[in-house]
Amino acid sequence: MVSGEPAQAEMLDSKMSTRDLNIYYGPRRAINAISLSMRRNHVTALIGPSGCGKSTFLRALNRMNELIPSVRTEGDVLLDGNSIYDRSMDVIDVRRRVGMVFQKSNPFPKSIFENVAYGLRINGLSDKRVIAEQVEKSLRNAALWDEIKDRLYTPALDLSGGQQQRLCIARALAVEPEVLLMDEPASALDPIATQKIEELIHDLKKQYTIVIVTHNMQQAARVSDYTAFFYMGDLIEVDETERLFTKPSRKQTEDYITGRFG
Amino acid sequence: MSVQFDKAIIPLGARKPLRKAQNLVFVWLTGLFAFLLILPLVILLWYLLSRGVQSLSWDFFTQIPKPVGETGGGVANAIVGSVIILGLASVFAVPVGILAAVYMSDFGRGNRISSTIRFACDMLNATPSIILGIFSYSIIVLTMGRFSALAGSFALFVMMAPVVVRGTEEILQLVPDSFREASLALGASRSQTIWRVVLPAARGGITTTVALSLARISGETAPLLFTALGNEFWNFHIDRPMNTLPVQIYKFATSPYEDWHRQAWAAALVLILLISVTNAVARFATRRR
Repeated sequence: MVSGEPAQAEMLDSKMSTRDLNIYYGPRRAINAISLSMRRNHVTALIGPSGCGKSTFLRALNRMNELIPSVRTEGDVLLDGNSIYDRSMDVIDVRRRVGMVFQKSNPFPKSIFENVAYGLRINGLSDKRVIAEQVEKSLRNAALWDEIKDRLYTPALDLSGGQQQRLCIARALAVEPEVLLMDEPASALDPIATQKIEELIHDLKKQYTIVIVTHNMQQAARVSDYTAFFYMGDLIEVDETERLFTKPSRKQTEDYITGRFG
Repeated sequence: MSVQFDKAIIPLGARKPLRKAQNLVFVWLTGLFAFLLILPLVILLWYLLSRGVQSLSWDFFTQIPKPVGETGGGVANAIVGSVIILGLASVFAVPVGILAAVYMSDFGRGNRISSTIRFACDMLNATPSIILGIFSYSIIVLTMGRFSALAGSFALFVMMAPVVVRGTEEILQLVPDSFREASLALGASRSQTIWRVVLPAARGGITTTVALSLARISGETAPLLFTALGNEFWNFHIDRPMNTLPVQIYKFATSPYEDWHRQAWAAALVLILLISVTNAVARFATRRR
């Protein structure tokens, strides 16, 4: 199995990687000994049928699974070579360094400005000028600034679905993460809004390492550099996106990407 | 292979007159019962206004009750007493109730302690208020050796807190978990998430809950009868007996004097107005911006 070859994984400039990651929901194992490297400043897409463990895997990368009491995690997740599950690692720091964008856009019921400023305020920033600058930068980087710069103080929930999702991306960027995890960020959006998000992902990878879960194989093909195919909690195959979609080495991958199951 | 239907077994327009009639009857029936439910409230307000409004005067709000035989007098000490006793009860019941609800909906979600608190609150809510009065009487009045506003506040606190807990818990559960996740994913702690996201999102609902719980206890008479007792004179010391509107209404209404009966109606009107104003202010203060 490709994922079982650490040599290949080490050769990549790996920003994050997992080592024999096992995740259990109570007695049920949802992730089976997955080792996967995510290359710095590249986009890694996780694909696979519903319930294959993509989201669970993603949530292990910033310790969000800890919020579910029945979840148990074994193995390791490395960020720049250091274990994020190590006792010396603060979970708050992990989540700041590894930001997350969710499937359903979830802006707070606050103004646009306060949504983006939130991450700064909770991390102790209070200088108004610094906050305003950072909010503007984040909104620009999320390609939202021009659309909303005149109504920063209006409720975020008045924005359209696509704008809300870009606001959530801006909110995540404001705390200056190194990695961005995206859990089906465009699944609830129309094609135009989806295209904007995809263009944004393309821009963002210059500065961030991105891991994206998607159900949409065309999307994976469009936005990612590497694609990992998950099935029933196993990592079946991981490869450069173009190669995985044109010459998959495993039968299961081929069946899935050609629509024969899933 | 799909099976062919050979004839339409439900002709179009089947049972149309009957269906229309059933629908009409049902719509009118729901409307009728909705109206019947409003009727008591309308009658009550009309009754209170017609009986009470003539006794309302400036004196009624500024003076204390006059002895039997003398006309005039007011319920000023009862209004102030009610505000003090209710205020004291709320100062403790609101924070205790909200923090307990936060524990149940967030930190201790689904655990034993939470379900125990929930059960205890439901039991307290179902406890007749007179029993809470006796409870306060036996642990505060008997210990202190005299009736006091404090004992009245304590009885009302025991009534109010579980209402606040259960109401707030329900409101907090309505705050989507996606807000909590978004906050935690940005590196917020659990307590920051609660203070800055969950509670602000629930602010309107919590205020309504508090206003409703306040409305509910502000008319309580039984728990005050043997705690705060009542007082014909001014008293601002919480360790002495204090007058309250419900107790004053009770005294007026159970007296044999026509003049006092009229004052009972007027005092009842004042009580209803105070509750309405409190509710209106609470709603206004937390309306969605």
